[in-house]
Amino acid sequence: MFNFQDITTWIHGMLTGTLGLPEWAAILTESIGVALAVITLYAVFAIFLIYMERKVCAFFQCRLGPMRVGPWGTLQVFSDVFKMLTKEIINLRQTDRFLHNMAPFLVVTASMLTFACLPWNKGAHIIDFNVGVFFFLAVSSLGVVGILLAGWSSNNKYSLIGAMRSGAQIISYELSIGMTMLTMICLTGTMSFSEICADQAVNGWNIFRGHLPAVLAFIIYLIAGNAECNRGPFDLPESESELTAGYHTEYSGMHFGYYYLAEYLNLFICAGMAATIFLGGWAPLTIAGLDGFNEVMAYIPGFVWFIGKAIFVVFLLMWLRWTFPRLRIDQILSLEWKYLVPISMFNLVLMALVVAYGLHF
Amino acid sequence: MNNDNNYFSGLFGGVKSLCIGLKTTMREYFTKKITEQYPENRNELQMFDRFRGSLVMPHNENNEHKCVGCGLCQTACPNDTIKVESEFYEDADGKKKKRLTRYEYNLGSCMFCQLCTRACPHGAITFDQSFENAVFDRARLVRVLNQPGSHVAEKPVVKKPAPAAPAAKAGEANA
Repeated sequence: MFNFQDITTWIHGMLTGTLGLPEWAAILTESIGVALAVITLYAVFAIFLIYMERKVCAFFQCRLGPMRVGPWGTLQVFSDVFKMLTKEIINLRQTDRFLHNMAPFLVVTASMLTFACLPWNKGAHIIDFNVGVFFFLAVSSLGVVGILLAGWSSNNKYSLIGAMRSGAQIISYELSIGMTMLTMICLTGTMSFSEICADQAVNGWNIFRGHLPAVLAFIIYLIAGNAECNRGPFDLPESESELTAGYHTEYSGMHFGYYYLAEYLNLFICAGMAATIFLGGWAPLTIAGLDGFNEVMAYIPGFVWFIGKAIFVVFLLMWLRWTFPRLRIDQILSLEWKYLVPISMFNLVLMALVVAYGLHF
Repeated sequence: MNNDNNYFSGLFGGVKSLCIGLKTTMREYFTKKITEQYPENRNELQMFDRFRGSLVMPHNENNEHKCVGCGLCQTACPNDTIKVESEFYEDADGKKKKRLTRYEYNLGSCMFCQLCTRACPHGAITFDQSFENAVFDRARLVRVLNQPGSHVAEKPVVKKPAPAAPAAKAGEANA
């Protein structure tokens, strides 16, 4: 199995040995390199996901989607991005200028921090420590602050209503996300993403290993994750029919672009987390007994597995989004508090029993 | 207890209906897409059957149409789009008869309501599927539908015994 650590140690050795940099300078250079890589990946994935969303949405609606710019419309999103970059950022009167300008950066920072938590390959974890799951949950909640600030500082009732709905929704569904993650931690016995993946590479994917409670947790995670991203049937914070665009109504140019970017990257992060904790992260598919098959699978590098799984989950989330109509705020809250929370609590107990009696594979 | 039953039946009923929705969209995902790539597929583009492009008067290979110049279409048109000009002439038997000289159709004021084609007792006019109707001058939207030198087709029903004729006409009008 390809180990990314070889590359990182080689780079470190080159910086300290061949170039003769002191330890701190080498680490500084590496950090800047990693940050640039994260930001580049962030932009690339956003562009890919926007294209995928437009195509998948079109196919679900019996259309073809963008076809004009480039072959099969592949350059459409690039031209959209350049259009967004050249647009003017308009400063509005009677808004809280400071908070108004800060809010998109909070959202995008939270999203980038969570993006850095994803385990890309064996040895390619950017942020990885023993309470990684807690860190992930904490920084993913940071985005809510940005959304609430955006709604408040816009001085616009639609934005404020959208932000409040979004806040209520995200805080509620955070509970389900946390509970399902706890369920899976119960199974793996570790909170570090790298160890969760390494464990699944040896013992098989969690969703197979934990059978019934793991599948239940996966479904709950998908529902709650869609709500976390303000997507799918849960997109009422930006319901265009009632609130024009919700909390980002008053934003223009790249400030709006940041929300757009963060929305799609949150989708990928949500899918990537599902891939990590349920579908084995970078761990290849192994079937006990079929050694030849397992060896072939092990030749495929880990990042291909990870990205492939994440895109599969993204497709599932898009399928949900383009199938169901939007829920009302009371329906959203009753779905969470009356259905998902009790079920995930029951599921946690079930998983604890399964683990305690060794009923998993 | 009854409440609990409602809770669980609601939950499972909801899950079931959501799955039906997911199945429907997944089927749609793999169906043939209806989008037409218009300028590229201009040569093989097929409009749907009931599309109304513009009014035409079909002529057969002998340059004959079915219009008798009665003017019912002109009367039926709410927009004064159609102007039927006709003249009287004497046929071989010395009978006075009406015949069409000029059938003028103004595409610019047509609203494609089909009242004219329904009013026509002979099925002489119909809508075709051509939609590339843009021109630079409004005057060019006025079209003359009868081709130069064309005349009304002699109906075979005329030679048959008299009672057959009205029945055939009624049938055409219904169609």
